[in-house]
Amino acid sequence: MRFSGAEIIVKLLERQGIETIAGIPGGANLPLYDALSTSSIRHVLTRHEQGAGFIAQGMARVTGQPAVFFATSGPGATNTLTAIADAKLDSIPVICITGQVPLAMIGSDAFQEVDTYGLSVPITKHNYLVRSVDELLRVIPEAFRIAVSGRPGPVVIDVPKDVQTAMLEFDVWPEPGGRGAGPELMAPELAYAARMIDEAERPMLYLGGGVVQSGSSALARALAEKASIPAALTLMGLGVLPVEHPLCLGMLGMHGARYTNLAMERCDLLIAAGVRFDDRATGKVAEFCPNARIIHLDIDASELDKIKSAHVPVAGDLADSLAALLELVRPGERARWLGEVARFKREHPMIIPGADDPCSPYGVILKAAELSGDEAIVCTDVGQHQMRTAQVYPFRRPRQWLTSGGLGTMGFGMPAAIGAALAAPDRTVLCFSGDGSIMMNIQDLATAAEHQVNIKIILTNNNALGLVRQQQDLFYGKRYFASDYSRRVDFLKLAEGFGLPAIDLGSSDDPESDLAAALAKPGPCLIHVPVSPDAPVYPMVPPGAANSQMIGGETHV
Amino acid sequence: MCKQTVIQLTVNNHPGVMSHICGLFARRAYNVEGIACMPVNGGATSRIWLLVNADGRLDQMIKQVDKLEDVLIVERHDGGHAVFTRMAEFVA
Ligand SMILES: Cc1ncc(C[n+]2csc(CCOP(=O)(O)OP(=O)(O)O)c2C)c(N)n1
Repeated sequence: MRFSGAEIIVKLLERQGIETIAGIPGGANLPLYDALSTSSIRHVLTRHEQGAGFIAQGMARVTGQPAVFFATSGPGATNTLTAIADAKLDSIPVICITGQVPLAMIGSDAFQEVDTYGLSVPITKHNYLVRSVDELLRVIPEAFRIAVSGRPGPVVIDVPKDVQTAMLEFDVWPEPGGRGAGPELMAPELAYAARMIDEAERPMLYLGGGVVQSGSSALARALAEKASIPAALTLMGLGVLPVEHPLCLGMLGMHGARYTNLAMERCDLLIAAGVRFDDRATGKVAEFCPNARIIHLDIDASELDKIKSAHVPVAGDLADSLAALLELVRPGERARWLGEVARFKREHPMIIPGADDPCSPYGVILKAAELSGDEAIVCTDVGQHQMRTAQVYPFRRPRQWLTSGGLGTMGFGMPAAIGAALAAPDRTVLCFSGDGSIMMNIQDLATAAEHQVNIKIILTNNNALGLVRQQQDLFYGKRYFASDYSRRVDFLKLAEGFGLPAIDLGSSDDPESDLAAALAKPGPCLIHVPVSPDAPVYPMVPPGAANSQMIGGETHV
Repeated sequence: MCKQTVIQLTVNNHPGVMSHICGLFARRAYNVEGIACMPVNGGATSRIWLLVNADGRLDQMIKQVDKLEDVLIVERHDGGHAVFTRMAEFVA
């Protein structure tokens, strides 16, 4: 066989099962695009490389499989960086293949040359600058293996133009790269952990994105049920247990419910699985679960003892360690503890203002959830709308919820929703966004219209950077500086200009039925909901404070 | 005075490996006090010795280094290493 580097890349991507690639061509990756033109892989031409990166993330978050995106050298590559960093912090397996200037010109400040390798070192799980065509046979499968093995993450492969055009004679294709086995578990550690669980009076599960990633939601649930352990979820762990499950306490942390944070405060044993003790979840770390011993399960050994030292740290694939614990723990009732938790729930319930009004910030989320049914996938941008969705959307399945947790990237939602819809074309994808966030990648509305993806963008427009404004309200003496947009943007006209239907719930006579009609019609749609900039998201733990210091959301206010 | 220790790494030898390792330390505000590197086995791999202060963050740093794809073996010499004792002669 004799193929060019570009043909080898495309062929290897096909062999990995890649069906859709988002990206933008340019001088340095044109050979790659030329090879892609004759492939069965579908290409989604975006309007910004960051959009391509988030489309890939949307696909990867929904399927759990690595997704690929392309960019050219220089500005193409720099435009991908935010999406790559975002994938790193949320452990999402994406592979970004960038074009680079020819080998001989590297380091010469050539046209559109940038040190993609150097720029991507701190934000990738691993990265490559490919120096000869034969390396591709090793690098591409290896990139897939690295992206999904252990703790998943992003990989960048920078390919100089002359490597793409160089020809290679070879005999056999390498095997596609896949997930490697996790580290071996240590039986005594698990036996000790199980005994701690058996002996605990007030144990609590603290479940995060790692449970989703490792596909072990069912195991976590079975463990909770067998030993009667209530579970708090991180932002990334929403969906691991269905909201109506009696042991599910929903989200903890900065915008968690009062009862959740209070129960954490009380627990005497914390079983942390697939979480990294992020400060948005823990609040002031020294005062997080002050009475609890800790069992920490994670596939990434460097997360163990990083923020909080565990009494029992267990390094291993959660699918293995949760299964082992499930075997070992004794069935338990824990009537007293569950009674106490029920009392927290009763006495400190989640207050949802405007729950019945489909034109209110919370009401529109609840109404959209009700109307779109159980199968919908939910994406958000970053801000108040994101926290509200996390608080009240009735998540029932893992991989139903796509949000930028670790990096908190505005601009994530809409392109990630496109990716989700491409990966799951028969599902409805709801995208909750704010007027600040959607502007950060608004250009890819054109991409949504072009591909007629089934995404419903629910834009709660407060003409402000709501979450920032809320912090100014609470912690900066109501000095709203640089958080209000004085120029009102006509999002309905914008949508029309991009070729999307749009409706305005604010001027609708029957918002509920208009919303229902918009959600029912296939294809992309923008749903505009004017809201007040003064509506806060409560409860809120002030940054740096302990989770017990929640502001707002009390029953009597 | 901080106690010092030596981390010895066996790594793939290609351009960029050094920036992965040094970048990791720099990003976490952890100073590398001394560094030495030589190719081994005909150049496919290299050995790197890092002289670092042994404070409370060292375990975390070692775990982070160990995660790097190009790092093959991590060893810790708490008693120091001859590489640095000899090298000290050059800067004396
Ligand atoms: C790219 C980026 N820039 C800045 C921020 C800081 N930030 C966090 S929330 C927020 C406001 C979000 O406003 P909007 O999208 O309108 O949502 P709202 O809070 O009003 O619902 C900002 C600016 C961020 N998270 N991401």
